[in-house]
Amino acid sequence: MGKLLLDYGSGGKASYRLIKDIFLKYLGNIYLNKLDDAVCLEQIKSPVVMSTDSYTVDPIIFPGGDIGSLAVHGTVNDVAMLGARPKYLSCGFILEEGLDLALLEQIVCSMAKAAARAKVLVVTGDTKVVPKGAVDKIFINTTGLGELMLQAPLSGASAKPGDVIILSGTIGDHGLTILSRQKGISFDTKIKSDSAPLNVLIEKLLNQVPEVHVLRDPTRGGLATTLNEIARQSQVCCLIEEKLLPIKEEVRGGCAFLGLDPLYLANEGKFVLILPEQYERQALDILKQDELGKDACVIGKIQSAPIGKVVLQTTLGGQRLLDMLEGEQLPRIC
Amino acid sequence: MNLLNKFSNPELCKKLLTLLKNELIRPFRFMEVCGTHTVAIFRSGLRSLFPENLIHVSGPGCPVCVTHEREVAAFLELAQKDVVLATFGDLMRVPGPNKQTLKDLQAQGANIKIVYSPFDALQLALDTPDRDVIFIGIGFETTAPTVAATLNVARQQNIKNFFVFCLHKLVPPALKALLSGGVKIDGFLLPGHVSAIIGRGPYEFLSKDYNLPATIGGFEPVDILQAIYELVKMFNLNQPAVVNCYSRVVKDEGNQKALLMLKRVFEPCSALWRGLGEIPDSGLQIRSEFEAFDARKSFNLEDLPQVPPLKGCKCGDVLKGLLRPDECPLFNKQCTPESPVGPCMVSTEGSCAAYYKYLV
Repeated sequence: MGKLLLDYGSGGKASYRLIKDIFLKYLGNIYLNKLDDAVCLEQIKSPVVMSTDSYTVDPIIFPGGDIGSLAVHGTVNDVAMLGARPKYLSCGFILEEGLDLALLEQIVCSMAKAAARAKVLVVTGDTKVVPKGAVDKIFINTTGLGELMLQAPLSGASAKPGDVIILSGTIGDHGLTILSRQKGISFDTKIKSDSAPLNVLIEKLLNQVPEVHVLRDPTRGGLATTLNEIARQSQVCCLIEEKLLPIKEEVRGGCAFLGLDPLYLANEGKFVLILPEQYERQALDILKQDELGKDACVIGKIQSAPIGKVVLQTTLGGQRLLDMLEGEQLPRIC
Repeated sequence: MNLLNKFSNPELCKKLLTLLKNELIRPFRFMEVCGTHTVAIFRSGLRSLFPENLIHVSGPGCPVCVTHEREVAAFLELAQKDVVLATFGDLMRVPGPNKQTLKDLQAQGANIKIVYSPFDALQLALDTPDRDVIFIGIGFETTAPTVAATLNVARQQNIKNFFVFCLHKLVPPALKALLSGGVKIDGFLLPGHVSAIIGRGPYEFLSKDYNLPATIGGFEPVDILQAIYELVKMFNLNQPAVVNCYSRVVKDEGNQKALLMLKRVFEPCSALWRGLGEIPDSGLQIRSEFEAFDARKSFNLEDLPQVPPLKGCKCGDVLKGLLRPDECPLFNKQCTPESPVGPCMVSTEGSCAAYYKYLV
């Protein structure tokens, strides 16, 4: 298929060919096919929930996903966390001159599959091609629009003392997959990213469970950072039990080897659910029926003090703070 | 259950804690001198489970923390030269005399690379033959042998653009300096990793000259509790000795291969320690046979830059075990991990950072 030339971003015939042969071929729908400057979405009835995110992951293809599927899942999940049903995506590509067109096609095809699974349409888009070295292969920005399914949007500020904290599955899989690839370390075990759209499962949950206080996906900064944000926003304490945390044995081992803490590693297909204890059983039943929630479990509870802190009850029965990450996790001396 | 799980078995820890509690007939103040021990004690939650009359003090065991402010100023200066500076990640956030860090300099365009091993730095030199690559050699007897081995390879391959800025330090001379300065400690939990290299012998002065019990301990909760329990037992019987409680890793004679490599490349020298000052024979310098790779000689660093002491920072007293981190007037006020004043708050293994991060 050849390589991407600067011409493809010129707005002329080459651009048109790129749009038609790759983007419309996979992502096309009644909105996108019109090729107008903007799109008019007449169908939205409830309050609109909107989120945007840019994706620059390196490597662009990794075990369990690629930058295309990640760009769909990440934004769809953010919209869903407010209690909304994601419907539409915009999609902006910044592409590096010389990019393999077959690789671009692979990424776009993967986006289309991810969008179909998440039941969202890509309704508007943009492509820029920049000189070699100006970006690293592909950067993608997606903005998601969704319809609010609740009376009021969910927020990290609504956790209440007595609530239980549920985690939808294992942590650290995505972060360790990416970091180990970046460091050129391959483990013999099958560690792969958990990148997945959570919106369908969340819709099922919100339809059946009468009261949910907080939903949040522990992406960058990991579970520890997400819980700290919730503790601060809600002015409560999250008490977490280490022995309840679902972490795959191979992720635990890989982290020990690299000096990383799975509690601070990014996840792309998990969420934290905080709700009154009386609905714990019902929520877990719904989650466990779904492939994306089969490892869901209670990991702790909300208490009133110490305010704004996350306390970890260790496997030995001791207690310590679980702080936010300071900057990135860096390799240590010994 | 794998090997590691066995050494963090909660039931076994509970039993050991009970044994320890029964053995503690009077207050016992122990010092660990290893950043990994500091973190392990806090992270595992052991610290919150220690009996009340067991007093835990972190000594000068975090390699970043003991790096002297003049040494920090020197590597910050190096980073601003036309070189590639390769370093372990820990040093990136250590503030220099004007609060600047390697991270700041990197943002301003300095060529700084984080590496996992000195061999990665050597590879960097091989990959960029037109650039001088300087590796900051920091750490105790644990890390120094790998740096020595790297220098050995660099010399065999006659590589011209690879240098080491050697700031390595030795643990036993620092312990001796601490004790001759009059620190009040009832026993030492000795560093497992350092001991894997040097063995048991170099610590024998602790019991012989200072009448103190010392145990070499591993890093899992069971290892730590067992080592402390043995300390207290010796203390109560007034039969001080240096005991190796980490025999699955540490041989009494140490690692002869590593020691030989150390001896080939380095020789002892006087070194500066944060808080402790200059201690004779407590550092390593590159032998003259390897001087072509010595950044001190090639980049004019034989005299480290003079810097004013950090105002109000009590890291020195903390490192000597004279002050608890939360007793420092700057703790959690001017000095936090987001905006650290002293190195004990910067390093993830520093005792100030551990107090801030882990204590409920």
